[in-house]
Amino acid sequence: MLDATPKKITERRALRVNPCKTCEPVGAMYAALGVHRCMPHSHGSQGCCSYHRTFLARHFKEPAIATTSSFTEGACVFGGGSNLKKAVKNVFDIYDPDVIAVHTTCLSETIGDDINTYIQQMEIPEGKIVVHANTPSYAGSHIVGFGNMMSGFIQYLAEKKAVSNGKIGIFPGFVNPGDMREMKRLAGLMHGDYIMFPDTSGVMDAPNKGHYEMYPKGGTTIEEIRALGSVEKIFALGELTTKAPAIKLKEKCDVDFAALPLPMGVEATDQYIMELSHFLHTEVPESIEEERGQLVDIMLDAHANFYQKTAAIYGDPDTVLGLTAFALELGMVPKYVLTGTKNREFTKKAEALLAKFGANDCKAVDNGDLFELHQWIKNDPVDILVGTTHGKYIAKAEDIPLVRAGFPILDRYVHSYMPIVGYRGAMRLLELIGNALMDRQDRDAADEDLELVM
Amino acid sequence: MDTVLEERKASIFAQELGCGGDGSSIGCERASVSGAVSQRACVYCGARVVLNPITDAFHIVHGPIGCASYTWDIRGSLSSGSDLYRNSFSTDLREKDVIFGGAEKLQRAIEEIVQEKKAKLIFVYATCIVGVIGDDIEAVCRQAEEKFGIRVIPVKAPGFSGTKSQGYKLACDAMMRLIRPHYDEKLKKCGVNILGDFNLAGEMWIIKNYFHRIGIPIVSTFTGDASYETLIKAPRAAINIVQCAGSSAYLAKRMEEEFNIPFFKVSFFGVEDTTNSILRVADAVGDAAAVKKAACFTTEERRKAESFLEIYRPHLTGRRAAIYVGGGFKAISLIRQFAEMGIKTVVVGTQTGKQEDYTVIRSLVDADTVILDDANPAELERFMRETKADILVGGVKERPLAYKLGIAFCDHNHERKHALGGYEGVVNFTREINLSINSPVWKYLKEA
Repeated sequence: MLDATPKKITERRALRVNPCKTCEPVGAMYAALGVHRCMPHSHGSQGCCSYHRTFLARHFKEPAIATTSSFTEGACVFGGGSNLKKAVKNVFDIYDPDVIAVHTTCLSETIGDDINTYIQQMEIPEGKIVVHANTPSYAGSHIVGFGNMMSGFIQYLAEKKAVSNGKIGIFPGFVNPGDMREMKRLAGLMHGDYIMFPDTSGVMDAPNKGHYEMYPKGGTTIEEIRALGSVEKIFALGELTTKAPAIKLKEKCDVDFAALPLPMGVEATDQYIMELSHFLHTEVPESIEEERGQLVDIMLDAHANFYQKTAAIYGDPDTVLGLTAFALELGMVPKYVLTGTKNREFTKKAEALLAKFGANDCKAVDNGDLFELHQWIKNDPVDILVGTTHGKYIAKAEDIPLVRAGFPILDRYVHSYMPIVGYRGAMRLLELIGNALMDRQDRDAADEDLELVM
Repeated sequence: MDTVLEERKASIFAQELGCGGDGSSIGCERASVSGAVSQRACVYCGARVVLNPITDAFHIVHGPIGCASYTWDIRGSLSSGSDLYRNSFSTDLREKDVIFGGAEKLQRAIEEIVQEKKAKLIFVYATCIVGVIGDDIEAVCRQAEEKFGIRVIPVKAPGFSGTKSQGYKLACDAMMRLIRPHYDEKLKKCGVNILGDFNLAGEMWIIKNYFHRIGIPIVSTFTGDASYETLIKAPRAAINIVQCAGSSAYLAKRMEEEFNIPFFKVSFFGVEDTTNSILRVADAVGDAAAVKKAACFTTEERRKAESFLEIYRPHLTGRRAAIYVGGGFKAISLIRQFAEMGIKTVVVGTQTGKQEDYTVIRSLVDADTVILDDANPAELERFMRETKADILVGGVKERPLAYKLGIAFCDHNHERKHALGGYEGVVNFTREINLSINSPVWKYLKEA
């Protein structure tokens, strides 16, 4: 497998091979699915919508619903306005969502469709809402698209009221529903009265009821998005993804925010809890203290198995930073840290993390691809890969164990239900990584070296 | 709320709705309605799925990253040789490329491939915005061919420029461009090309093996397990057989016109279709020995398949199936195959079926069977519920929908787990249908 990957590294300036990112619109679609009774709408060719739905359906194993403007040659020449207007009418008529969230594509951006004007001009049924976000596929990545759709909702809906509603807002970042549930659980234990936006829990992990609900009960409600303009403070978790929408809200409604890393591993989860505690003036309850203590206890029990183990960690910026931080806390050496999204801030933060733990000879890059990562590994291998499904080719070619974390995971189940954030998420990650390393040790052991007790 | 839009009714044939009521024809081969949750894809997708299985080609997607990323190793086409096609190559166009043009970046990307690896064949797919900004990819490809002495073939497939079927046509044109220089009318013609099978889960190998056993040589395969060297031999074949007609009948027609290779349609799905196809090919190109071998072989295989089906039929008879697949040919084969199992087809739809396909479909199903073109999930849901379907055969986007509805599912598309073609496929398909319909998990589902 991947015989085409040569060990010798040559400079590439034009060719992207085996990407570690995808385009903005799929991120926008995922964000919009985290709004209650929302229909994401792709303003472009129908292939875009089909690909994004497929991609999301493969990761979440859920019907990822979205509509498309179905561009034709004519739309490209005359603009996509009439397609969009007709689409919006049809969507409200037949699927009856409360809100349609339009995102653009490379096509509609390049021909210069002005979505805001189209929305002003169209007839929208009483009580219904249409919002939009610009998500040109030739800029950013799916991570940027996710943030842009959040900003779009904020721009259209967030309202500053004279009196604060006393709540806090939590932006969870581009994470799974299982992670969102965990962030909410912890905030609840801290007695936070919160609005999470977006919130795909209850949508992209909806239970089976024996019938199909186009709009399951989860998702941030329109009222809650409006109320974001009057919250006390925003906790923007996964700051490389959520800082931009937090700034948008600050500009529009003057809401303060704290930009934080994803609460992954010990320190970043501590930071989340302490920020909540400080702001809410609540004591950290014993149950959270207990979880943290359990995590540290497990880390201690298992530390000998992790120490100095080398890892390649790749995927989306905030997730990779979180995984890297936790790997360092476990005593591992994250030799290669890579994201496909172009973001210098990522590289700086990754390098700072590595320096903080004295991990020398490690490499961190943004705007990278998995071909590049494979070449590094061919030249100097690692003990374990931690990242998305597309790393399985490298894992197979180089015979290195792979722990799946991040987006997308196309070849396993359950991942979207279980957290990798919070202390409990860290326990799960520790178990996944530890099992992979120790299974490998068992597999490779000579008969006489096989140990019963490890 | 009515789940069927007025303008969709022409594309649905259902007695109760009075749709297609004039009894004549179904609305198909037209663009989707804006705002529908269409299950369809685009021109680029059509071109890419047909060419993707060519194993030793570099498939470069010229456009922003999405189209490359969503089609990275998309279908389970197997290879007996190179696995180059399972990598994703693209120019990852950025904002400045969109403003200043991406032709130069494409040229450089091709150079970066050629300087590093032995390339024989490169396909360059132009996606949506390349169609708008007007990069002259023809010129870039031509120059690269001259400079490097390899084949660099442009596939101009902006997503908006038609339907997925248009993409199939572009893929066929690209293949003609590849093989045309290797046509020589003096060539002695012999053997068979297999068109329209993509070697999902090794299905092409199963079919090739049948012909090997009865002594009929296979020249070239389009495009399952194909390579540059095998494709360019195609003009020497005596006959073309076409399985997925939706994607490949056009290629067969062009080869008939330009190379004088006659063709006919076949299907290797189900006992009946597989048997008929083998016998027909033997009749067309085989000698007396081959015809005899084909008769013996199919009789024996049919007997084995029949005794296998007998074991499963009690578990399946009386069940009701819904079919939602890409092309018409597969829907037709599946209706027959379900009939062999004792299962009645109650809903049948395709994304890109043609008028002639729908005529055949209507001749095969009962009057109360619902037929739809380019169905959306709301319609599928409604008709599957109303017809009390027990199982849906479809693709990736339909799977979670079926499960939510409490309906069993079998992927007959890119995510199929086992070969579903040939007699082996009958065994696998029947087992898959059985395991999904009769899984213990349904017991735990709450009734709707």
